[in-house]
Parts: sequence; C-alpha cells; structure tokens
Amino acid sequence: MKSAPYLLSLPALLLFGAIVIIPLVMTVLLSFHDWGQYKGIEPVFVLKNWHEVFTDSYFLEMFWRTFRIAFFVTLLAAVLGAPEAYILNRMKSPWRGLFLLVILGPLLISVVARTLGWALLFGGNSGLINKALVSMGLISAPLPFMFTETGVIVALTHVLMPYMVLAVWAALQRLDPQIENAAVALGAGPFTVLRRIVLPQVMPGILSGAIIVFALAASAFATPAIIGGRRLKVASTLAYDEFLNTLNWPLGAAVAVLLLVALVAIVVGASRLVERRYAQVFG
Amino acid sequence: MAFLSLEGLSKHFGTHVAVDGLTLAVEKGEFVSLLGPSGCGKTTTLQMIAGFVEPSGGAIRLEGRDLLAVKPAKRGLGIVFQSYALFPHMTVAENVAFGLEMQGVAAAERTRRVGETLELVGLGTFAGRYPRQMSGGQQQRVALARALVIRPQILLLDEPLSNLDAKLREEMQIELRQIQRTVGTTTILVTHDQAEAMALSDRLVVMNHGRAEQIGPPHEAYERPATPFVASFLGRTNLVNGTTVRPEKIWFATSGLAGKVRTRIFQGNHWLYQIETADGLVTVIRQNTGEAMPGEGEAVHLAWAAT
Ligand SMILES: Nc1ncnc2c1ncn2[C@@H]1O[C@H](COP(=O)(O)OP(=O)(O)OP(=O)(O)O)[C@@H](O)[C@H]1O
Ligand SMILES: [Mg+2]
Repeated sequence: MKSAPYLLSLPALLLFGAIVIIPLVMTVLLSFHDWGQYKGIEPVFVLKNWHEVFTDSYFLEMFWRTFRIAFFVTLLAAVLGAPEAYILNRMKSPWRGLFLLVILGPLLISVVARTLGWALLFGGNSGLINKALVSMGLISAPLPFMFTETGVIVALTHVLMPYMVLAVWAALQRLDPQIENAAVALGAGPFTVLRRIVLPQVMPGILSGAIIVFALAASAFATPAIIGGRRLKVASTLAYDEFLNTLNWPLGAAVAVLLLVALVAIVVGASRLVERRYAQVFG
Repeated sequence: MAFLSLEGLSKHFGTHVAVDGLTLAVEKGEFVSLLGPSGCGKTTTLQMIAGFVEPSGGAIRLEGRDLLAVKPAKRGLGIVFQSYALFPHMTVAENVAFGLEMQGVAAAERTRRVGETLELVGLGTFAGRYPRQMSGGQQQRVALARALVIRPQILLLDEPLSNLDAKLREEMQIELRQIQRTVGTTTILVTHDQAEAMALSDRLVVMNHGRAEQIGPPHEAYERPATPFVASFLGRTNLVNGTTVRPEKIWFATSGLAGKVRTRIFQGNHWLYQIETADGLVTVIRQNTGEAMPGEGEAVHLAWAAT
C-alpha cells in the first residue's frame, strides 16, 4: 500500500520527464558536441564550447550584463511596486478593484505588444517622449533608449511589475490592522508605523516578489530582443542567435545551460536565505 | 467632574446599531468593567475611547476636554487588544520597549522598565522570544506588559485574561487588581466573564444590544438587578411565586415549597441542585460543609428569606 502514492503520481512524473527532463538532458548533452562552419554538428564529446564560454571575455561581459539588468529591474520593481501595492491596499472598495485591474491588466497583453509600445514611446529621435522633452527644452538631444541597458531595464520593469505588486499585495492582505492600531496607541506616527511595523511584516512578500522578478528578468527574451536588439545581447538573446542565426547549436546550448544553472543557484540560494531569516519570526 | 466621561456615545454600522447612547462617568483611579454577551458592543465602545472607531454620535471627555479632537497617537492610553496585536517581527522585549521608545525614554531606563514589567507579568525569562514561539496566554501577558510599561493615564483592557487557564487567570486577576490599586491607573475592562468583572471592578456596566442596562457596584447589581436581563446575566436566578431568588439563597427546610430532587451535581466547594416543584424547576446552590445532603429522587422542602 505504501507504493500507492508513487504509483498514482507516476503518470504526471512521466509527463514531466517527457516534456522537461528529456529536452533538458538533451540540451546539456548538446553543449558538449562539436560544431564547425562547414561540418555542422558532430556528436562527439568535447569541452570546446564550455571552454569558450568561460574564457572569452565576450561571454563574461554578456552574463554580467544579464544579471546587472535583472538586478536593477528587481530593485526598481521593489522600490516602485511595494508602495504601489500599499497604496492599492489603502484604497476604498470600488477604486481598489479598478486599480488592481489597471495594474494586473498588462499581464493579459502580450509582452511583445507592451515592449513595442515602449519602443514607440521612446524609440529613436521621433519617439514621442523624446520629442516632447526636446520641444519643452528639458533636454537638448533625444535620450538614447533603443539598444541601451536603460531601455531594457525600463521596459522590463514595466513588464514584470505586476508580479511584485501581487506578491506584496498578498503579504499586505495578511496584516492585522489592529497591530498598526497598537503601534499608534503607543504613540507612533504614520511614518514610524510604516517603517517599523508594516515594512518588516511585508518584507518576506517583497523578497519573494524580488526572487520571481529577478528570475523572470534574467531569463526574459522578448523585451531584450526588441529593445536591446542584436547590439545589446543578454544570455537568452545570445542563445537564440547562436541557435537560429549562427546555427552553432552546441555553443547556444552551453549558454542556455549556464544561464539555467546560474539562475537556479541564485534563486534557491536566495529563497534559503529568506526562509532562514524569517523561519523564527513568521513560522 | 468625572475623569473620563462618555456622553450619549453611539456607533452605527450601516443600519446595525452596535452602541446605543451609552453614558458613563468614570472617576480617576476607578476600575470599571463593561460586561455583556458577545456582540453587545463592548469592543466597539473601547475602540471609540481609543480612537480607532469613530463614533456616530455623542462625546468623550477626558478631564473635561474633548477627547475626540485628540489623535489616537496622542491619547496616551494603554490598550490590550482582544487579538493581542503583538508586533510579530519583534521580540517580547522589543514589543514592550516600543511604547517607551516612542516616548523617547533613554535606552538604559527603557531596559530597566521593560525587565521590571516582564517580571511583573511573570515573563522575565521570555524577553528574547518572538510572539510566534509563545502560547496564547503568554502572548496575552506580553500585551498586558506592553500596555502597562508606558504608565498610561487610562488602561483599556479588551478581554485581557480570556485565554489563560483558571489558575493563572485568578493569579493575573489578583495581580491586575494590585497593579491598579498601587499605580492607581483608571482602568476600563471589557469582559463577558461575570465572575471576573465582579471580582475586579469598582463598578459594572452591564450591556446588552449596545445599551447600558445597569451601572453600579457589583454587589448592588447582583443583589438589586435593574432589569431581568441583568438578573439572568449576573449569576443564576429562579422565578418562584412571582419573585426572583438567587439559587444560593434557598435552603432545605422541614416545611415550605415541596419538591423532588431531580439532579444533584457536586462542584467541589458547593452542590448544585435541580428541584422539581409545582412552580417549575428550581436551581439551588448549597455550600459543601461536609454535612449529608439530600440525594437524587428525595422529597425536600425549600425555603428562602423574603426580600
Ligand atoms: N467594522 C464593523 N462593521 C460592521 N459591524 C460591526 C463592525 N464591528 C463590529 N460590528 C458589529 O457591532 C456589534 C458589536 O461588536 P463588538 O465587537 O463591539 O462586540 P463585543 O461586545 O466586543 O463582542 P465579543 O464579546 O464577541 O468580543 C456586533 O454585532 C458586530 O457584528
Ligand atoms: Mg469584543
């Protein structure tokens, strides 16, 4: 009878294995194969691709850029998203629902459409915002947006913000308003209540939102592809290019696997840290 | 002039009337209990005094000044919330120290007073724990310490002892009474435990459906209940021959109202009887003096002093 749970989960396990594990294993194997301009992929075991990824400074710079972008996106999303969720939570009934829809609505729109929207607003010299800023005399030349890290960070922050808002919102929902009242009764002003009472209690929410946003930002494809283009590559767009343009699949596989491993390590490490920090306090 | 006065205080939630024209004058240093069944508006009344619920009507005055014009953070009240409302991310010591920090008390003085107050509520060794790691009763005592440590001019207690076991509750009641006596803090206690209210308070406010049915010393409310509700809420009552008689004021006699013992329950220091009579079921409480008492099924006669 003890085997029953395992047997029952077998179909799901098989499906999981077929659609996740097998392609993953194949990608890992692929990264050890050889490739040449004229001979194509050779199914032999070489460390060439891994050697290249780890020694060529181009890859180092590109991975560094990927995680730098992810870091700033996460920071921006937290700094903007947490107050956004707090304000949303303080709103009265009809407005709250409406603004929640406004914030979460973008999730229903394709990432490509949203990113193109940013490209239209900021892109080139004829971008709407640049034109407005120049004509108002606030800036002398259009701000570079397309093919810049700033552009990718701004657009990705917008795309991923809802995840942060949702995570913080969930944490705020669990707060007992009487706890804030208790602080007020002891003489705390509104700002002190926010900093000493509310913020520490929603910190786990902000951190879990940050982990989600970081992982999604580091592995994002559409937004860096459209805003960064081929001039500003990140890990995912580089892997894509190796697969579909250069046709160097083994090298693309090595980049993809390295991105995956690095991300898993960072996310698991961060979750562990967060859990350990809060296990005692919030059980 | 009363120290704290509630004048025609009301609170409506939509069409529901939670508190209905409550008028009460509390003297300085007095211990007053709001007593009543669940949902009668006790917590709402307390929260209006604290400033977290805005009254729909009426006034609250502290030494003649309008308290409603004072921000909750400036009222200087010590409050124990029904749900404790401890700060979950702070240790016990940090919880208790918070109010002192807000008052700008120096660190050394703070540590001393926190330690003193935790000792007082019997949690001297728990200073480093988080609320999550404590039992409900311990959390309740932390909440009490947090309110006491700031030496408030008024202490508002919303069922502060409801989660303690009988023995600890009794100890804390004595402790609370002693603290209140020595410090002289004006205290308003909310409870639905009539024994607790009678044991602790100088005066009771017996509430029902948002109204005060009777305001007076416990002994008076018990002996001369103003309404049938008060009579039945404060202990048991019997209605015999058209008069209400307390069960402990009836005794077994050789003549009087005839009846038969239906049930007899031993409760340690007293016996609880249900007697079938021509007037219906009568409850009788007799002290356990060690003497033999009538058993179940026995025929008895009941007598009581005319009031
Ligand atoms: N925010 C609110 N909105 C609507 N109704 C409320 C609200 N707060 C309290 N009430 C209602 O007001 C009435 C009085 O509530 P209150 O909490 O004061 O009762 P209580 O006497 O403290 O009861 P208990 O002994 O169960 O704590 C109840 O009927 C309750 O349902
Ligand atoms: Mg209550």
